[in-house]
Amino acid sequence: MSAEAHTSTEYIKHHLQNLTYGKLPAGYQRHDGETLQADTWTLAHSPQEAKDMGFSAFNVDTLGISLVLGLLFIWLFRKVAKSVTAGIPGGAQNFVEWVIEFIDNSVKGSFTGRNPLVAPLALTIFIWIFMMNFMDLVPIDWIPGVATLLGVPYLKAVPTTDPNATFGMSITVFFLVLYYSVKMKGLGGFVGELTLQPFGKFGLPANFFLEGVNLLAKPVSLALRLFGNMYAGEMIFILIALMGGAWAGASIGNLTLFGSQILLSLGWAIFHILIVTLQAFIFMTLTIVYLDMAHQEHH
Amino acid sequence: MNINATLIAQMIMFAIFVWFCMRFIWPPIVNALDARKKQIADGLAAADRGKHELELAAKRASESLHEAKMKASEIIAQAEKRAAQIVDDAKVAAQAEGDRQLAAAQANIQQEVFRAREQLRGQVAALVVAGAEKVLRREVDAKVHADLLEAVTNEL
Repeated sequence: MSAEAHTSTEYIKHHLQNLTYGKLPAGYQRHDGETLQADTWTLAHSPQEAKDMGFSAFNVDTLGISLVLGLLFIWLFRKVAKSVTAGIPGGAQNFVEWVIEFIDNSVKGSFTGRNPLVAPLALTIFIWIFMMNFMDLVPIDWIPGVATLLGVPYLKAVPTTDPNATFGMSITVFFLVLYYSVKMKGLGGFVGELTLQPFGKFGLPANFFLEGVNLLAKPVSLALRLFGNMYAGEMIFILIALMGGAWAGASIGNLTLFGSQILLSLGWAIFHILIVTLQAFIFMTLTIVYLDMAHQEHH
Repeated sequence: MNINATLIAQMIMFAIFVWFCMRFIWPPIVNALDARKKQIADGLAAADRGKHELELAAKRASESLHEAKMKASEIIAQAEKRAAQIVDDAKVAAQAEGDRQLAAAQANIQQEVFRAREQLRGQVAALVVAGAEKVLRREVDAKVHADLLEAVTNEL
């Protein structure tokens, strides 16, 4: 909210736009009126440009921040795993063991089969999503503000408010569900499950429709739940941030707005700690449950 | 807010993280946890065993103490018996020795008496001879009358 030319709408739009690097076709008229001579890979300078890049574009901020956070997770846990001892654990090992036991208990509680992939998958999901969600608690203007100062047009700090990130995970989980369904039940068994229940073989189209929806709802709901929660939370942070942005000199009204912003963002941030953890936990638990269903003969 | 190639990149990134976690992070930590669990279980079992052994040892100790007491009292009884026996033996021996010494003394006395009697007899004989001499007022030829005198002496 430093630039005086920003309106509330622009502020919100700016905060909801990913930093997109993609291909613009030849003849495309840029945001600043320039017309491209050839196909160009470039950073989008307006939401419209980002949209017009279509599929051949990368959200640099989502990728970068999730990569950094993922590497942080890997680095921390690998460091502990290398020096792990069965004797008296040190501080970092204590923390990591606590997390691992928590995940292990969750997996043992929900997953009845035997699969060495599920627990590490759950751990990665939980920690990675938690850290990505946690970026939401960094004050809303810090990261985009620093980016603007550095000349970067957009920067969204929370990767999980980008559906690419949430769908990236949920579709990977979906592939795993398909893979293990076929592996455990055989192709015939899996197709049978999709087509022969709940109405028997004469209700085949209805069965297929119901079970197909059921199956596809898994990755979609998984991704959209996380995305929706984080996006909405981010949106509320933006709206709260706008209150103090209406500052125009010391008056009773302005002071009230300013105070409300501080109180509300504090309250919402504290509440958000719960949401951040809860969403990571829900994503993890549902992943375990879906994989468990994929491993079972009947459900 | 657009779905684009980020999706694919995120899927790849996610898969790599999960693979790394499964390969290099999860197993060593869980192994260490299991190892510690086993150590603790072993330790507890050892403690239980130790406690049990302690109980056994205490029992054995009290048993051997009891046994030792029994043995000691037995030994004391034996010793008392032996002492009594020794005392008895000593009494008997003393008695015997006393008797023996008494007998010896009596024999001695007897001998002394005998000797005294002999001496007395000799003196009496001499006295008798001397008396007879005086009575007869003449010298009795000791050599001539030795037989006679001898017979008198024996009669005494």
